[in-house]
Amino acid sequence: MTPAEGEQAPRLELSGISKIYPSVVANDDVSMTVGRGEIHAVLGENGAGKSTLMKVIYGVTRADAGTMRWEGRPLQVENPAQARRLGIGMVFQHFSLFETLSVVENVALALPGKQDMDELAARIEDVSGHYGLPVDPARLVHALSVGERQRVEIIRCLLQNPKLLIMDEPTSVLTPQAVPRLFDTLRQLAAEGCSILYISHKLDEIRELCHVATVLRDGRVTGTCIPAEETPKSMARLMIGKDLPVPEHSTPGELGEVRLRLNGLSKPAADPFGTSLEDIELELRAGEILGIAGVSGNGQQELLHALSGEALLEDADTVVICGRPSGRDGPGRRRQSGMGFVPEERLGRGAVPRMSLAENALLTAHRAGMLRHGMIRFGRVAEFARKCIADFNVKCGGEQHAANSLSGGNLQKFIMGREILLAPKLLVAAQPTWGVDVGAAAFIRQRLIDLRDRGAAILVISEELEELFEISDRIAVIARGRLSPVKKLSDTSIDEIGLWMSGIWDAPAAQGERAGA
Amino acid sequence: MRQRHRGNGQVLRLERRPEASQAMAYASPLIAVVLMLLGGLLLFAMLGRDPLEGFRVFFINPLSDAYGISELLLKATPLMLCAIGLAIGFRANVWNIGAEGQLIVGAIAASAVALHFYESDASSVLVLPLMVIAGAIGGMLWASIPALLKTRFDTNEILVSLMLVYVAQLLVSWLVHGPMMDPDGFNFPQSRLFEDSALLPILFEGTRLNLAFVFAIGALLVGYVFMYRSFAGFQMQVAGQSRDAARYAGFPVRRMVWVGLLGGGALAGLAGMSEVAGPMGQITEHVSNNYGFAAIIVAFVARLNPIGIFFASLLMALLYLGGEQAQQYLALPSSISNVFQGMLLMFLLGSDVFIGYRVRWREVAA
Repeated sequence: MTPAEGEQAPRLELSGISKIYPSVVANDDVSMTVGRGEIHAVLGENGAGKSTLMKVIYGVTRADAGTMRWEGRPLQVENPAQARRLGIGMVFQHFSLFETLSVVENVALALPGKQDMDELAARIEDVSGHYGLPVDPARLVHALSVGERQRVEIIRCLLQNPKLLIMDEPTSVLTPQAVPRLFDTLRQLAAEGCSILYISHKLDEIRELCHVATVLRDGRVTGTCIPAEETPKSMARLMIGKDLPVPEHSTPGELGEVRLRLNGLSKPAADPFGTSLEDIELELRAGEILGIAGVSGNGQQELLHALSGEALLEDADTVVICGRPSGRDGPGRRRQSGMGFVPEERLGRGAVPRMSLAENALLTAHRAGMLRHGMIRFGRVAEFARKCIADFNVKCGGEQHAANSLSGGNLQKFIMGREILLAPKLLVAAQPTWGVDVGAAAFIRQRLIDLRDRGAAILVISEELEELFEISDRIAVIARGRLSPVKKLSDTSIDEIGLWMSGIWDAPAAQGERAGA
Repeated sequence: MRQRHRGNGQVLRLERRPEASQAMAYASPLIAVVLMLLGGLLLFAMLGRDPLEGFRVFFINPLSDAYGISELLLKATPLMLCAIGLAIGFRANVWNIGAEGQLIVGAIAASAVALHFYESDASSVLVLPLMVIAGAIGGMLWASIPALLKTRFDTNEILVSLMLVYVAQLLVSWLVHGPMMDPDGFNFPQSRLFEDSALLPILFEGTRLNLAFVFAIGALLVGYVFMYRSFAGFQMQVAGQSRDAARYAGFPVRRMVWVGLLGGGALAGLAGMSEVAGPMGQITEHVSNNYGFAAIIVAFVARLNPIGIFFASLLMALLYLGGEQAQQYLALPSSISNVFQGMLLMFLLGSDVFIGYRVRWREVAA
């Protein structure tokens, strides 16, 4: 290859890429071209084949047909190591970090050769400061929240000075204020000649950031567009083939009994890098959705563990679930009280990766008549799983397929479906639509609102403000382990909540709200 | 500059397969068996024996008549009992490596009952049931030590259960040199021979195969139902595959440590009882023939599956018998059984690697 050829050729050219799995055609004759310094969006619903396409580019899987050209030169990427040598970096949706190692050690593992740890830590701090991705290089990964882990992944890629950066839903864990800074970074990278493949379901962001968009549906390219010239509505139509359903959010009816009460919930951090919960007061009634916003790593994990029963409390009265002091109850007892729970990690916590969907239904739904004398009633289990798959539109090969064979969004739909079908009196959901495409996200939100209308109390902890404003009746912010006053949605604004996310709200208002709640 | 050290050429590398084959997961134990047989032929040749003759003596001779088959089932009995108990724990990631020790303590407890009632007037029908109970409790007691330390102090059950094997060996050695020694036995380190009322009934006249084989088959059936049909078995499997998911679902993770260890201990103790009340008829220093350790190999070759354990136990029993034959007819040390066991485990672990990984020749750039 002469330099001249290299200069002219686009950075990446795919033609006729097909990838067929036993149960599904993931990519069908996909062609696209990514120019130098171009920010190229890849749009599509869950299961549309975006992740598979990225895996082909990054050398994780091999295409069954089609060719790939890198800077004009045809080649096949054999594995991620080769992709990294070519200059392809990828930030995955499911993270690939070693939990027992520190941030700097994780980064060192991804870089070739031996690293000087102190020097590398300094570089990490450099990059994290420069790009607005705060993370402490000395912390252990297992103590990091999902958001912080994603920052580590981004930084790890940026340290390798990539020529093509693949980003899978990168903004879902950033504060609204941090998103423009990331965009500045990406634009700066693009201006320096780095190409960016940007996978996102946030159509506004794509319009703002991306030069070109390729839209996938059912594994096929359904269109290419210039996002700036489109409306979110027209792009959504390309993506899902019809107009986007908008959740109907009626005002809540008469509020019922208190289903969840937190009485001065305090809990010191379990490890040195965790967040301590401080004196959290909350009251949630039947028939309402309460949203808790906040940047990840501000006590969400700790609060969720305290709510689910995975972390027990000293005093039973600090968490009252459906009238029962439950602070010392484990997760099983709390579910018996009528609580449902959707954790933020789907694989490995909300679902057992290598077990079938039927077995994963049994995981939490066993109280719904699936047992007799301690024996499993497999017919009932399969029936429940099939109902969940059908009602919640889960795209999969059937209830006997393993949980880890599903795309992230489809697994999320299954887990949401499982918990909702159990008709909980109280549902606690963490990041209910994280990494889920717009169509599925709207569907899940609608189901949450329907559940509320049937009289359930719902607590949603999310890092996506738009989502909380779409479905919540009341909203609060968690920052540094403290909970802000709870406000009616009509009494606040995205700007105010966004400001509160940095931990600033006035104390007297908090007192007043507490007294009035 | 750094790259120069790597040099030019081809390098053999292990690369993770995108999707592990389900069929291979079941084929790999069979591949391991075939490789072990080939390794055995090579071993015989290297020891200066005719490989085919060695194969015949080792693998065919023991099965040449009905008595041989009965001996095979007899040897497989303690292996089945230990392996099914271990498999229940292993599926929940409870790594009980000390079945050998639990077997010994079970044998001690059962022997204590047998010797207590020696020439006593008490109803003799009760002796055997009491021995069964004592054997199981003895094994459980020994297994409860790692369980307690694990649930209380989060100690590593692998180390604790393994170390307790050596304690149990010393314990039985002391007992047969002291309190349990046969008073009329010319100071041999062994107990009295048990009375008939303390011996398990023989299933077929003219063989040594006894009621314990029925216990073992029963244990496999119960184990199967527990693993694949019961909710408790499901809970343990979830805990084994994903501790966080088990915690999220509210499964009692601590109780599973107890169930895994006590279940394994009880069955190993029963195996110990079946040895002293079966073929041995007394307790000696060598009460266990390494059955507790061999059962670990059995459990893994069987993929922790009860049906697999049945066949893997028979194979392992054949290795024991073959070793005895080799000693008798080929003038090879009987420890050749251990070599075969070792080869089996090594080839299994080796072929398991290739389920998840593939070997690739890689061009290394200069």
